[in-house]
Amino acid sequence: MTTSNSEVTLKHTPGHIKHDGHNLTGFIIFLCSESIIFLAFFAAYIVLKLTSPEWLPEGVNGLSIRMPLINTVVLVSSSFVAYLAERYLHKRNLWGFRTVWLLTMAMGSYFVYGQYVEWSELAFGLNSGVFGGTFYLLTGFHGLHVITGIALMALMLFRSFLPGNYEKGEAGVISVSLFWHFVDVIWIILFVLIYIWQ
Amino acid sequence: MSISNYDARILKAPHPVPGAPDNWKRFFSFNTDAKVIGIQYIVTSLFFLLVGGLLAMVIRGELITPPADLVDPTVYNGLYTMHGTVMLFLFLFPILNGFNNLLIPTMIGAPDMAFPKLNAAAFWLVPVFAIVLMASFFVPGGPASSGWWSYPPMSLQNPLGRFFNGEMLWITAVALSGISSIFGAINFVTTIIRMRAPGMGFFRMPIFIWTAWAAQTIQLLGLPALTGGAIMLLFDLSFGTTFFRPEGGGDPVLFQHFFWFYSHPAVYVLILPIFGIFSELFPVYARKPLFGYKVVALASFGITVLSLIVWVHHMFYSGTPQWMRNVFMLTTMLIAVPTGIKVFAWIATLWRGKIRLTTPMLFCLGGLFNFIFAGITGVMLATVPIDVHVGNTYFVVAHFHYVIFNTIGFGVFAGIYHWFPKFTGRMYYEGLGKIHFVLTFIGATLNFLPLHWAGLLGMPRRVASYDPEFAIWNVIASLGAFILGVASIPFILNMISSWARGPKAPPNPWKAIGLEWLLPSPPPAENFEDDIPTVINGPYGYGLGKPLVDDEEFYIRRANEA
Ligand code: HEM
Ligand SMILES: [Cu+2]
Repeated sequence: MTTSNSEVTLKHTPGHIKHDGHNLTGFIIFLCSESIIFLAFFAAYIVLKLTSPEWLPEGVNGLSIRMPLINTVVLVSSSFVAYLAERYLHKRNLWGFRTVWLLTMAMGSYFVYGQYVEWSELAFGLNSGVFGGTFYLLTGFHGLHVITGIALMALMLFRSFLPGNYEKGEAGVISVSLFWHFVDVIWIILFVLIYIWQ
Repeated sequence: MSISNYDARILKAPHPVPGAPDNWKRFFSFNTDAKVIGIQYIVTSLFFLLVGGLLAMVIRGELITPPADLVDPTVYNGLYTMHGTVMLFLFLFPILNGFNNLLIPTMIGAPDMAFPKLNAAAFWLVPVFAIVLMASFFVPGGPASSGWWSYPPMSLQNPLGRFFNGEMLWITAVALSGISSIFGAINFVTTIIRMRAPGMGFFRMPIFIWTAWAAQTIQLLGLPALTGGAIMLLFDLSFGTTFFRPEGGGDPVLFQHFFWFYSHPAVYVLILPIFGIFSELFPVYARKPLFGYKVVALASFGITVLSLIVWVHHMFYSGTPQWMRNVFMLTTMLIAVPTGIKVFAWIATLWRGKIRLTTPMLFCLGGLFNFIFAGITGVMLATVPIDVHVGNTYFVVAHFHYVIFNTIGFGVFAGIYHWFPKFTGRMYYEGLGKIHFVLTFIGATLNFLPLHWAGLLGMPRRVASYDPEFAIWNVIASLGAFILGVASIPFILNMISSWARGPKAPPNPWKAIGLEWLLPSPPPAENFEDDIPTVINGPYGYGLGKPLVDDEEFYIRRANEA
């Protein structure tokens, strides 16, 4: 509701002004909170690895690093690709955005595929002691986040076709891209903990 | 400026309001108005206070005589586990979220929460996990029985080998409750950061807002650690991993760390808003500004930070190395400092004030008195040699009931009475309120004070039978528990009859200073709608004669005319 009198408008702020633009704030708060679950799992991994009397299950000598390394390179570079897509969107180059965004999704999907191949070739399972347990817990929980990220990107891609979608800003794409960087950073820590520190 | 302009708004103000008996149906719908959600939370949690209270009556009935005669010891294990779980996850957390919903938007002058749909989703998860938890009474093998902390290896026993067992349902319920809490926390923090009225800088926020913010920060940073631990516990229980099973290389004490890393701070999630309620109410009923406002505000975050680094005081007797015990003894004692600052500020606020002994004020004074007592036993427990002696005895039970019921419970009642007129639009009956207070104070004291002696003499907690030398303390305690049960009758009577047909409440029955008191009682759906006020002074200006907001008369007039 608008008032004709400017003096009143100064003293009384209309309600809807305070309604918009919280999504990014809320999403960042959510990511901070979500990172604590990973921190908890990392802490469990470190403690169990340092204290467990029997770490590697029988018949397992360690993890091969080749496949995960390729995966790491793909995932880390996809973060830069996502950033590029964001730049395109910022310049309102919609098709540029869509193409590069789709490329990010493809790289993410390759990561999931690589993870699947690695899992299916491993000689131990979820129940192979604390080593198997923490390995599948960490990679699986991270993998779920990658899949969620891809789904969110698909949603953003779809929404880019809706007319007038960016009139209220690009908070959706910025949030998803932030989520992707988050998933990426978590993976780097995870990679160091699980594959490098053997 | 034309008066007619205002008149148009006045006509718009009386929306169908939450609290009006004719629109009760909205309380059973996916409503996104924070005031409706607040009342949904509060009524739901009061119902579960009754459920948890009934479980407590059975427990106290069992303990009135030394042998295990009323219920089987196995049933007894399930009873205290469910009692603790219901009281924490279905009474205290939800009722405080109810207060957050009612008070955060109205106190900061926001039309609603930042994410109204998320807010409603957070509430509707409560009945969902309540059903999951209650269902565990009916599965073969009965409900979870390893205490509210669910330590392995006890919690990993599954003698019947069924997938849907009490413990599994318990973990699921707690995880759902965690999701609800995180939804809530994101909402509250975003709302406080982004939706304050113009002119309300951080140091003009009411203390309740400070404490809610500090408490929700703990939720955001602590709760995910428990979620992580609970996921691992569920895997151990249901999917054959061995994170916490020593026979498979795991470490049961690791779970204790996860549990207490959150659950110690969680007690501050509960008490911080109560500190907020005390800080709101003492100035109103003593007619004096809050003593040391800035220090009290900052002490809230001091508590947040310290609360995250004291958790091992619950594990002094879990094979914890001596250096670790010393470190955590020190940090635990440090947390008494910001807490003590607040106590000092309240007493200084009351000092030479014009004290009005209304029901909310009585509950506040009773709560403060009990809290000082609980703080003393807390510092005793933080001392390693004492704790090793009384750990796992009724002394601990006495300590935390003095905080959790005799302080937090009292603060909750104080808050309910104080804001009842604002959000229902009706006055409660003062006489019934006072009866409720007297019965509650006597019942709570008789119930929890004697347990200190039982504990010091060595009575272990969580057992259905005990040595006859402890009988006298238990008889008194059970008597107190039954008085507490009786105390709920005047409360329920008061709430129902006042809400239905109590006298109409004016906008500001207590002559309090605060944005929520500039609104009509009950406030319209969007609170200040299109006239969000500009705050020009700090809170608690009692006796200072300074207006809280620009153009204050307009708001007072509008609220009175609504
Ligand atoms: C002055 C501040 C406080 C200190 C120094 C303190 C200290 C302690 C200590 C050392 C214990 C562990 C005792 C044991 O297990 O052997 C304990 C238990 C407990 N405290 Fe406090 N406390 C304080 C305030 C509070 C507050 C404010 C709350 C609640 C809001 C609270 C709730 C609890 C609970 C629930 C337990 C027992 C949990 C259980 O074993 O099931 N405490 N406290
Ligand atoms: Cu504690």
